Amino acid sequence: MSTGQYWLVIGGVLFVILNTAAGLIWLERRALALWQDRYGPNRAGPFGLFIVLADTIKLFFKEDWIPPFADKIVFVFAPAVVVASVLMSFTIIPFAPNVMVADLNIGLLFFLAMSSMGVYSIVLGGWASNNKYALLGAMRGASQMISYEVFMGLSLMGVVVLSGTFNLREIVEAQRGGWYILPQLIGFFIFLVAGIAETHRLPFDIPEAESELVAGFHSEYSGMKFGMFFIGEYMGITLISSMVVTLYFGGWLGPAFLPPVIWFVLKTFVFIMLFILLRASMPRPRYDQLMEYGWKILFPLSLLNLMVTAAIKLLL
Amino acid sequence: MFSLLRSMWLVFLHMFHKRETYQYPEHKAPIPARWRGRIALTRDPDGGERCVGCYLCAAACPVDCISLQATEAEDGRRYPLFFRINFSRCIFCGFCEEACPTYAIQLLPDFEMAEYNRQNLVYEKEDLLINSQGKYPGYNYYRVAGMSIQGKDKGEAEHEEPPVDIKSLLP
Repeated sequence: MSTGQYWLVIGGVLFVILNTAAGLIWLERRALALWQDRYGPNRAGPFGLFIVLADTIKLFFKEDWIPPFADKIVFVFAPAVVVASVLMSFTIIPFAPNVMVADLNIGLLFFLAMSSMGVYSIVLGGWASNNKYALLGAMRGASQMISYEVFMGLSLMGVVVLSGTFNLREIVEAQRGGWYILPQLIGFFIFLVAGIAETHRLPFDIPEAESELVAGFHSEYSGMKFGMFFIGEYMGITLISSMVVTLYFGGWLGPAFLPPVIWFVLKTFVFIMLFILLRASMPRPRYDQLMEYGWKILFPLSLLNLMVTAAIKLLL
Repeated sequence: MFSLLRSMWLVFLHMFHKRETYQYPEHKAPIPARWRGRIALTRDPDGGERCVGCYLCAAACPVDCISLQATEAEDGRRYPLFFRINFSRCIFCGFCEEACPTYAIQLLPDFEMAEYNRQNLVYEKEDLLINSQGKYPGYNYYRVAGMSIQGKDKGEAEHEEPPVDIKSLLP
């Protein structure tokens, strides 16, 4: 790729991702309303689409308050971490045959590293807020993300064993014969659950848990700093959805009557809707149930999945 | 596990259910006839004010939003000199309607009284009086009460016996 094309891809990816995250505000509210027999925002603009604009303007003009008891530097720094780490993860996702920012040969490891970085934002934000609820949320967030990180990585290793590479472009190419959803059904399921926990979305929104902890780690945040956490969460949904598509549903592969990018976007969209449907239908588990579920069921299951996959790969 | 998938499917099916929302300004929700909304002062069948200025509504009001001053007309009828309801305080509990002995004060099924200026929520008597008998058509306090006013002496009201002469021994 020439330098011009390179910058075009970077700018395009950034533009699309940020706008998707903003659009998800509208999409989530409309979809939740759809599943709760309501209409959702439908007044501002066509289908209420301008609610995104209104929300953004509102966030910008809200008082950006830093509590006097907070650790100011860390408090300001924390929301940026989540956005930065998620945006970094998008560099390694192949949107189409030649549309990816960085063709890393350790792309999958980079994704895992960056998604783990997101936990810093929660812990630092909760700690710097100097608030009981924020700290409780941060503690929960840290333990949840660290324990779900373990088998998130392990569940991905099944895909790595099958394709023999960490490079996401090559993983997609390796799925020409058949998507990995069939041989890696358990791996897919574990990755999806871990991914939901990783983006701390409902039903695994234990760090936020607005019915128990006010708003968890971002109780003290307001204005655009809160908006950063908000946007980070929506970008996290997009990231996990596109990772699921890349690893298990053949990424941009699809019948030739649609261009590869469209296939990728369509598949990702299905999983974004699944995330929203999960939020609409699931109750939040208790904290200890979440941990038990992770360590006692999903962790052994992912190890088993990895061993069986490796054994079959070795024998065949 | 199965129950989780089942609940997700059931929630998904809600997509095809009827919406519960009323698109308010265009479609208004049906309001029951006894809805407690805007307070009004009703009139009797002859078009006169029903309110006799007894202060019972003001006494019953839990938020003290009613203020009035009773006075008497030349023909002996009592009426409020001014009658003021502060709707920025009113909680639409309907206690005033229950307390009113002459069915004058009534709550109507109307709630669209938003104002940009808070002061505009203070309704004076002219704003409160409506040209209707409200929920009790045909009721006229002075026609059924034993109180004497000009043109109607004691004992001349409907269903009223003439007054007993307590000084007389005749039956």
